[in-house]
Amino acid sequence: MSRHLPAFLIMTPMLGAFLSPLAVMLGRTARNAVLVLFSLATLVISLGIVSATMGGNVLVYVMGGESYTLTMPSGMAYPVRIMFEIDGFNALMILCVAAATFAGALFSVAYMDRFSGWKRYMSLYFMMATGALGMCATGDLFNFFVFVEVSSIASFGLVAFWRDKPEAIEASFKYMLVSQIAAMLLLIALGALYGKYNALNMAAIASMARGGTLDKIVLALFVIVLAFKCGAFPMHTWMPDAYAEAPAGVTCLLVTVSQASFYGLIRICFSIFPGVGGAVVPWILIVLGCASMFFGVMMAVVQHEIKRLMGYHSISQVGYMLMAMGVGLLAAGGAEGVYGFKAMTGGIFHMVNYSVYKALLFLCAGALYYATGTRDLDRMGGLVRSMPWTAGMFVIAAAAISGLPPFNGFISKWMIYESSFAVHPALTAIAMITSVLTLASFAKVFQAAFLGPAKAALSGVREVPCAMLAGMAALTLFILLLTLFPSWFTSRLFDNAAHALLNHQGYVSAVMGGV
Amino acid sequence: MTDSSVKAIAKVMDSVGDSAYVVVALIVLMALYAMLTQKNLLKVSIAISVMCSSVNMFLVLLGYRAGGNIPIHFLKGDESALMVLPTPQCLTLTAIVIGLATTALMLSLIVMLRKHYGTLDIDEIRRLRG
Repeated sequence: MSRHLPAFLIMTPMLGAFLSPLAVMLGRTARNAVLVLFSLATLVISLGIVSATMGGNVLVYVMGGESYTLTMPSGMAYPVRIMFEIDGFNALMILCVAAATFAGALFSVAYMDRFSGWKRYMSLYFMMATGALGMCATGDLFNFFVFVEVSSIASFGLVAFWRDKPEAIEASFKYMLVSQIAAMLLLIALGALYGKYNALNMAAIASMARGGTLDKIVLALFVIVLAFKCGAFPMHTWMPDAYAEAPAGVTCLLVTVSQASFYGLIRICFSIFPGVGGAVVPWILIVLGCASMFFGVMMAVVQHEIKRLMGYHSISQVGYMLMAMGVGLLAAGGAEGVYGFKAMTGGIFHMVNYSVYKALLFLCAGALYYATGTRDLDRMGGLVRSMPWTAGMFVIAAAAISGLPPFNGFISKWMIYESSFAVHPALTAIAMITSVLTLASFAKVFQAAFLGPAKAALSGVREVPCAMLAGMAALTLFILLLTLFPSWFTSRLFDNAAHALLNHQGYVSAVMGGV
Repeated sequence: MTDSSVKAIAKVMDSVGDSAYVVVALIVLMALYAMLTQKNLLKVSIAISVMCSSVNMFLVLLGYRAGGNIPIHFLKGDESALMVLPTPQCLTLTAIVIGLATTALMLSLIVMLRKHYGTLDIDEIRRLRG
């Protein structure tokens, strides 16, 4: 049973996706039960996977066979089977996706209750979760492309879910253009790899790649494409639009879908092409990271629309992770392993933090929209009296994202500051300025939405329903756990994940046998 | 296919050599150019479809072996005969299906955009700014 966890991880949400239309026909209770239970089951399975990968284990699961090659009677071996390969790093990503799926599902139960179109909403929601989980779990490049497309197509539909709003359609179309160009370039890159190495298996390619010209071109394509998809600076424009226009439960999951693209980027840089391109690739990541960090927060500060503001903050948060991973990659190639390892642990910690508090912030924004019917900060005010729970959870998430001690955001940012300082002090300066501006902009949001005199137009506003609060509370609990027990998480999970990333030989030999 | 026609095709492909890849690269660049310069949404969507097709062509080309036969093992007959690579063909089939789905979705979004904005001009569909 536990051997088959990686297969169940994909099967559960996919089964949920196809059961959804039936469940919706059976009425509201059945619908809610399917939505919550299937996402809870996914979360439980992902916890099982995390515990199975603790201590440096690598789970390898080959679909329909023992080995990823198919041996013909004539003795020819074809590397055709699809496999999942999960080590400490993907296991964490899977946990983040599953947690966001669960929280978004709980939230959606009440949030989407007054809308029609539940059959499509639920199916697409589970499909998107399937795609993101698959991207994190797979050990095959073409399979990665397929899961990218599964999650992208589902998310196009969900971003445009409120199709009577022109902005939603426009955001979805923009997102689609960027994603499609990215997906086609991805296909070209992996086709070129197939042409050279006659394999699509990540570990098999990693064992053969020696850093020739083609490897460099392919690596450049992968970096460009996945930076597109995770919303790094020059190609970020789709991100605030799509995040703002999607229903809040979906935005919560969209955050983790872009995290899954980020995972792909890191996996390719660290495990498949370690050291290819010398110091160029890490510096590209660092520069992209700094630019996303700084410009993202600059654009966020001037926003008056709560979800767009948070969308721009996502860009700057992605910047932190890109920078941390760039520093880690730079150090992994050289001798200075200590700060590099710290950078990677910090980056991984930040990835987990980001998925959790960003998802919570988007849910809070959704709750405000649900209660007041507006996303414009200028038309809100004094809501702390009528919505105390939402206000409390918003403060926790905002303090975490701004890096206020003692919250988890502070701990991971501190690790990034310390390690990036060893590379260049300017990097730390940019990161700190970004953090201050983040705090400023969330202070503005809190003041505008929750403090001040109550507005007459908002006199009928009440706290949002319990199911929505439960979704938000699940994420708040996660933030508090990360805040209270950072050393437990670091020593058990994040260090393990960083070791897994740096241990490129381990990733290869888990599939190819002893090297 | 008769034996002589297979040989004829192989001869042509041999003389073409790697220039087939140049054609693919040209089509990809044409599609990218059209995507960046065209103002009409329908033309942009055509450019995306062209790009999908050119990538599919690239994949099929990768698996082509001059003079190769269909890649079905038990139909191949004698073991020494050359066959084209099967994996890129499977990839292409999957990519075609995905491309079809996205094109259909994209066209339906264009229809809805047209209903909302009354235009297909990409410069006038700009409600999301800043």
